[in-house]
Amino acid sequence: MEITQILHNLVFDYTLRTVALGSAILGIVSGSLGVFAVLRRQSLLGDSVSHTALPGIALAFLLTGSKAPLMLIIGAAVAGWVGTLFVLHIISNTPIKADGALGMILSVFFGFGLVLLTLIQKMPNSRQAGLEKFLFGQASALMVQDVVIMAILGGLSLVLLAVLWKEFKLLSFDPEYAVSLGFPTRTITIILTTILVIAVVIGLQTVGVVLMSAMIVAPASAARQWTDRLGGMVLLSGLFGVMAGVSGAVISSLTAKLPTGPTIVLCISVIVIVSILFAPNRGLVMRAGRNYRNRQRLITDAILLDLYELGVQHHDPYHAHPSSTLKVMSVKRGNILQTLRHLREQQLVAESGDDNWSLTVSGVEKARALADRAEEKA
Amino acid sequence: MTSAQIEIQLIAAVVAAACALPGVFLILRRTAMMSDAISHAILLGIVLAFLVTEDLTSPFLIVAATLTGVLTVLLVEILHKTRLVKEDAAIGLVFPVLFSIGVILIARFAGSVHLDTDAVLLGELAFAPFNRLVVFGVDIGPRSLYLMGGILVINLVFILLFFKELKLSTFDAGLAASLGFMPWILHYGLMTLVSVTAVGAFDAVGSILVVALMIGPPAAAYLLTERLSSMLILSAIIGIVGAIAGFWIANWTDVSIAGTMASMIGVVFVLVYVFSPGRGLLATVRRRILQKWEFALAMLVIHLSQHENQPEAVNECRADHLTEHIRWNAEFARRVVRLAKHRELIVETNGHLRLTSVGHSLAARRVVG
Repeated sequence: MEITQILHNLVFDYTLRTVALGSAILGIVSGSLGVFAVLRRQSLLGDSVSHTALPGIALAFLLTGSKAPLMLIIGAAVAGWVGTLFVLHIISNTPIKADGALGMILSVFFGFGLVLLTLIQKMPNSRQAGLEKFLFGQASALMVQDVVIMAILGGLSLVLLAVLWKEFKLLSFDPEYAVSLGFPTRTITIILTTILVIAVVIGLQTVGVVLMSAMIVAPASAARQWTDRLGGMVLLSGLFGVMAGVSGAVISSLTAKLPTGPTIVLCISVIVIVSILFAPNRGLVMRAGRNYRNRQRLITDAILLDLYELGVQHHDPYHAHPSSTLKVMSVKRGNILQTLRHLREQQLVAESGDDNWSLTVSGVEKARALADRAEEKA
Repeated sequence: MTSAQIEIQLIAAVVAAACALPGVFLILRRTAMMSDAISHAILLGIVLAFLVTEDLTSPFLIVAATLTGVLTVLLVEILHKTRLVKEDAAIGLVFPVLFSIGVILIARFAGSVHLDTDAVLLGELAFAPFNRLVVFGVDIGPRSLYLMGGILVINLVFILLFFKELKLSTFDAGLAASLGFMPWILHYGLMTLVSVTAVGAFDAVGSILVVALMIGPPAAAYLLTERLSSMLILSAIIGIVGAIAGFWIANWTDVSIAGTMASMIGVVFVLVYVFSPGRGLLATVRRRILQKWEFALAMLVIHLSQHENQPEAVNECRADHLTEHIRWNAEFARRVVRLAKHRELIVETNGHLRLTSVGHSLAARRVVG
């Protein structure tokens, strides 16, 4: 399909518009709140919350007999909350560390959720059809009422985030300082955890229980590569979340047999890979380029210095030497001739006759400056 | 019990024991979430190998899936080594990608693949007895019993052979490295075990409940003991108990066996957490209450010994003065005095408290140390 056609449908096609809006909300909320989970090294808390939400969804259905999205979301949030409380309680009261507590709670709750799902599947009237979509998500099943609820809850979380911005920031970077300033850190932690739970549960219907954690970790990890400022990171992470959510949901609703959750996860993963490779400053490619240039500079500097010192020994800074002499002086510095030619291009050295190299006027100047700086440091 | 029921219980018990053993090291080495990542990622290996061999029983499947598990560990470490993301984030980034590709492949080739997402998440223990191992035309039992039995033996042999090395590198990786034990080889060995165990158990219990079997029993055992060897044995026992109990509950209520196994392991954990003699909740509460009374008694005897034979003793050493001096409420003071009398630390004559020789020695002990 043409891009213009897709854009046209995004605005005028009812289903596609609903799907895209829902995914956008999910992306912006999980993206912006995920930043705090990642910065506080609780990346896997999202994994635990989303898995522990499953029995909550099933119980909400069993108790109310309704598939109203609000009921299921409340059930999911309560279960996610209880699971998180268990995790935190185990971490602080037993020798079991965070990883063990998370792994155990998420798998046990999930197992219990599956038990409830099999119970529901056996119920006589098959009104239960559709709860399975919570496993891997089904964006195309999103309805306007779902999106409205997502928007209200997500909006509330973002408003809370804006109101408590300073507190969350302090808590993420220096919790001890926050305590010493007299902030009610316990309450703030609970609020932060609560809105993280909300961010996770509003995405469950679209992305699914199993993969929702990626929507918490991935946008924030990608955004981290581009900026060192919290504000920028939150905005960028939200933006990445929207991009991945919308493109994934649209791709999967346009293609048969393409589950939504995994597609969205692959989209956000592409963003992560691009960020890790190409982000300025932190990106791997940029880092490799910088390392290469640094190494080159060190090598050329070293050879200039070698030539200069040889010249000093000969009481003539412009004394010429064959490259083999330089080679002896600089083991493990790569191809000497190549570096010398490189220096000649910069008119720092000159070649006289066959393989006889001497410093030029500007070369001596530069070498002298380098030598002075080395002396200063010593 | 029918023979199928017995076989299912046997398989469940063997799976539980095989998972619990490497799980102990995951808990102790704080890499429990790696089992979550591995058990998800092996799905991709299973699907890819299945698309190539078109045979769910092919041994190639197990090899490919195990390699995917080890690859996951490798990818997490490479990502972590770039120092661009923290380790927990690295885990959270790697396994969803691999799992997503696996799920999409299943969905795309759903027509030709006898793998569906339910099987991925749940496994199907109830069907395990139908898949028989036939040697020379003789039916010698369910295939997965032999598969998991083999994996259990491998785990046991690895742990027994490298017990000392595993112990050292788990509790003091730095010392292990300086003694030349190369902890990373053990680490990858262990991760390969986790991987192969998860692959074997995948059929039976699905990808997420493998985690429950690997992490739950060792976590519970950790609350019961501080010895590595007893932790290994206890974990296996707890896993087996959870598995068998889960089987019967699933049998009575006709729900997913794997789900009830995970739930029962959760129940066992809660029981252990509440009732464990050393580290349990009740024991902790009891200890705190005892400490409170012991401290109150010590306060009382020290207070009495301070004022003994002093001019103000008439006033200070009265029972009803304690509320004023130590700021106890009247009820609490009364109970402390009663307990102290019961322990023969003090005697009371007309409201005047006097230390006995036992009380004197306690006061002396408490003041000094």
